[in-house]
Amino acid sequence: MNEPNFFESPGAGGSVGQPLDRVDGHDKVTGKARYSAEFPLPGLTYGVLRTSEIAKGKITSIDTTAATKEPGVIAVLTHLNLPKLAQTPNTPEGKKAIGAPMGFLPLTSDEIHYAGQPVALIVADTFERATHAASLVRVQYQAAQPIASFLDAKAEIFDPLKVQDGKTPGHTRRGDPQAALAASAVKLKATYNHAINHHNPMEPGATTAHWEAADRLTVYESTQGVTRTQTALSQMLGLPREQVRVVTKYIGGGFGCKGSCWPHTPLTVQAAKAVGRPVKLVLTRPQMFTSMGHREDQTQTLTLGATKEGKLTALIHEKTSTTSPWDNYAEPNSRIINLLYECPNFEAKYELARANVMTSTFTRAPGEAPGSFAIECLMDDLAYQLGIDPIQLRLLNYAEKDPSTGKPWSSKSLKQCYARGAELFGWSKRNPKNGLTRDGRHLVGLGMATASYPVHNSQGTARVRLYADGHAVVQSGATDLGTGTYTVMTQVAADSLGLPVDKIRFELGDTRLPTAPNSGGSVAAGTVSSSIYMAAQDVWQKLTKLAIQDKRSPLFRAKPEDVINEKGRLVLRKDKAKGEDFAVLMKRIELTDIEGTGNGKYGAGYESGMAASPADSGHKDDTAGHSMHSFGAHFCEVRVDPELGTVRVSRWVSVHAAGRILNAKTARSQIIGGSIFGIGNALMEATHRDDTFARYTNATLADYHIPVNADIPEMTVEFIEEHDPYINAMGVKGIGEISMVGVAAAVANAVFHATGKRVRDLPITPDKILSAGVAS
Amino acid sequence: MNNFAYQQVGKAKDATAILREDKQAAFIAGGTTLLDLMKTNIEQHSQLVDINLLPFKGIEQTSDGLRIGALERMSDVGENRLVLEQYPAISESLLLAASPQLRNMASIGGNLLQRTRCGYFRDVAFPCNKREPGSGCPAQKGDNRNLAILGVSDSCIANSNPGDLAVALVALDAVLTLENAKGKQRRVPLTNFYLLPGNTPHKETVLEPGELIVAVTVPTAAHARRSMYLKVRERTSYAYALASAAVGLDVQGGQIRSARVALGGVGAQPWRSLEAEKILTGAPATEATFRAAAAAALQGAQPREHNGYKVELAKNTLVRALFDLTAKV
Repeated sequence: MNEPNFFESPGAGGSVGQPLDRVDGHDKVTGKARYSAEFPLPGLTYGVLRTSEIAKGKITSIDTTAATKEPGVIAVLTHLNLPKLAQTPNTPEGKKAIGAPMGFLPLTSDEIHYAGQPVALIVADTFERATHAASLVRVQYQAAQPIASFLDAKAEIFDPLKVQDGKTPGHTRRGDPQAALAASAVKLKATYNHAINHHNPMEPGATTAHWEAADRLTVYESTQGVTRTQTALSQMLGLPREQVRVVTKYIGGGFGCKGSCWPHTPLTVQAAKAVGRPVKLVLTRPQMFTSMGHREDQTQTLTLGATKEGKLTALIHEKTSTTSPWDNYAEPNSRIINLLYECPNFEAKYELARANVMTSTFTRAPGEAPGSFAIECLMDDLAYQLGIDPIQLRLLNYAEKDPSTGKPWSSKSLKQCYARGAELFGWSKRNPKNGLTRDGRHLVGLGMATASYPVHNSQGTARVRLYADGHAVVQSGATDLGTGTYTVMTQVAADSLGLPVDKIRFELGDTRLPTAPNSGGSVAAGTVSSSIYMAAQDVWQKLTKLAIQDKRSPLFRAKPEDVINEKGRLVLRKDKAKGEDFAVLMKRIELTDIEGTGNGKYGAGYESGMAASPADSGHKDDTAGHSMHSFGAHFCEVRVDPELGTVRVSRWVSVHAAGRILNAKTARSQIIGGSIFGIGNALMEATHRDDTFARYTNATLADYHIPVNADIPEMTVEFIEEHDPYINAMGVKGIGEISMVGVAAAVANAVFHATGKRVRDLPITPDKILSAGVAS
Repeated sequence: MNNFAYQQVGKAKDATAILREDKQAAFIAGGTTLLDLMKTNIEQHSQLVDINLLPFKGIEQTSDGLRIGALERMSDVGENRLVLEQYPAISESLLLAASPQLRNMASIGGNLLQRTRCGYFRDVAFPCNKREPGSGCPAQKGDNRNLAILGVSDSCIANSNPGDLAVALVALDAVLTLENAKGKQRRVPLTNFYLLPGNTPHKETVLEPGELIVAVTVPTAAHARRSMYLKVRERTSYAYALASAAVGLDVQGGQIRSARVALGGVGAQPWRSLEAEKILTGAPATEATFRAAAAAALQGAQPREHNGYKVELAKNTLVRALFDLTAKV
């Protein structure tokens, strides 16, 4: 057991867990923080994309004469004159090597596959001139009739298993679900439809490409992972990794759309090569709808069998969704349905249809968000049908181990989340019958739903350089989505080194730093914090070695295993009075600084022993032995106006258990943000694609609605304290996605409680409330 | 956005003279709608004539009623005490519109000249009869859930002016004062100002080339003093109305002496309903009357595939507004 020793007493001078203000807050509000489109390079030029009006067909001609003649225009690049890449994702091998989300790179041929596909890239000396010139490029097309979605009469639905590309979701089956269903006393089946959602981070996709030499490139990129972008670019350019540097100091949100290297990035890089000057390209808001993926339009049908007491006997899940002409992407909705409740029989099947759209991609809680909507709404239906309280029904089906693998949980505090959430929310006062609670003109409803998200396999590295003067530089090539990575890692480093937070400088967002994983899949907090903790342990071990060899040290000739570090001091485990401050030691032996490195790994928890010593490789990790997930519960009150069809969330409680919480304030903000993201998904977010033109009709933030402040009530957020010794050295599970899982179901269940009508199509807009016949 | 010239003028006749010469020129006041249209290449102007220095200001009670200068800002009018007390529907329509930042910039004249949020109009990649006469109207069989059901045609089903203020103003018999390039002024009731799409949806108002909106006048009336604006949308703020209702009533002893009704979000233009007013006038202020008025207002609705819900929504919105207004004493 080598649980980080500041775990138990965060208040006693410790920083981890404390609601520390953002260390980068001052730089952000004063404009000192530099985002990827804000690096003032000498000779910087501006790139603007011209995109396709049609969704399918061929370019027959591109007339760039007028655009080229405009003052300030440096180049008009099309598929005819853009410098060729060493490799493109247009072949399966290329896509795999690059790690591209999309098996097609625009500006490589005359083919048009989706509306909004880039057809030209204009480079000029100002953004305005490039924008104007882009409008002057005359593109002639031979248009073909596109397919708009899986609902299109011409769409061919296919089984992705039969179109192997290595990433197909395919089938899953446990037990004999059909037989179990047939024998079930209670059967429920429902279909759920989901609108297209777009991530729409505040900062759009942005790339600044700078060729510092003919074979050496630096890219300032708005990405959730500098390493993934570096891999993609080095593969596409045919350059060694170390000659491609990717820098991302700040990100204005990503939500998954910045988790991969999308076409605008290599196109900007090639444009910079073509003009021989740095090029900056920032996607416009409408271009954000067709440049960095989306949450796909999908329908899912869930069938449930249960005993008359409410014990689940079978779950069968089917999903059909739209994918692009080249890729088989579908959110893995069934993953959460497979493990949320104890159920011996399970089956899931995915179907896809190709349409003239770009590839969909991870969107906050990919799979878990829509999957939880299906299972949590159907569990709610089951509760009503059987007259069981929804929380009681969930407890009745509580999974004591992971039903999908049979493994024990590394930790699970869901019962405490239900209990605490119910208490904070006043669940016991809820009228068990629906449609009966009125307040003036409004129908009032209370709903809840369970949340869960896996701790994904991940690893990373960090470097700590501790100086004798009592400060440290800590580095890891992670990214901060705006969620607080700078801040929490500063806290972890401070406590790991026994220093105050203002003596830590934490650097991230650069491929020159030790490699860290993408900030995605909720892995960054756990992996990077564990890497830093391990790097600090490396420093302490090195210092211990120096101390016990130094005659002047009180620890001279002590056994290394008897020496521990405590608040910046090396002391004897059994006699903590005996020891010395690291600064005293370092100054005495004339060491100005000392460096340590650490490798934080999923499954390398403090119980496994792996965290005890970075040098000790004799321990096995715990990934084989445990199923690792965070859990939580959302509680929602809505007010529905039955005549006007409006739904407003009036109260909200979220309680989560996600291992160690690194910063109470940033964590609370992240849960609030994810819940609001989910409320948007539940009540308003929808991108509409025209059925004939396969083109979006509301690709602006005026017409694609996300919640405004007035839509959101006071949010109550709590965490259950949870010590997980298996997941990683810091016992951190990550909270980026779980905050959104189950949110739409909690809202929909509250709407059902308020109205007695079940709306299964997201978002739940006034037209759907009216057509559900709520007023009658 | 294309390159354009910009100049500021101090006199109305200088402004109108420029537009008489240059058919591609446009006036700019707050710019909150014009610049949007230019950035998306929906409108391309050779020059912008800044009219903010023109003396079209003032919010005052005159013998004709409330007079609002066309260059007054939405926020100033919405928060004006006279407007709040004597013309509450106007104040409410302004303060429920847009965002504080936009309301601080946008002028009253410009507000009345907003253009539709129809997604087909707003994206030059689509055909659109309003933008390019004769190119077609994909909204008819396309994504029409937010579009109009009253006064529509086979050429266009857009809500031509999607804003809120015009709905309150048509309800309360507002009259525009216009000034043309020859310096001549004319008065046009707002109900006659907007044109139905018919076969010419690109013609949206009776404004002549180079003509300026000088002021809006709203008659003083009991039904203006007791008026309100109700707006329905899926989010609480910063969204156009799915449906809205501006209503004014003069109720004495339970009987409606006069009524004013207009609907927003459902008409090809801000939709004054004389049919509803006719039923309300002289009738008891009861639910049955309100429902009959709502039914009359939506009598001619022509919904398409995805906006059929607006018939019921508009009726319910109108009934609710009438209820709320009569509940307020």
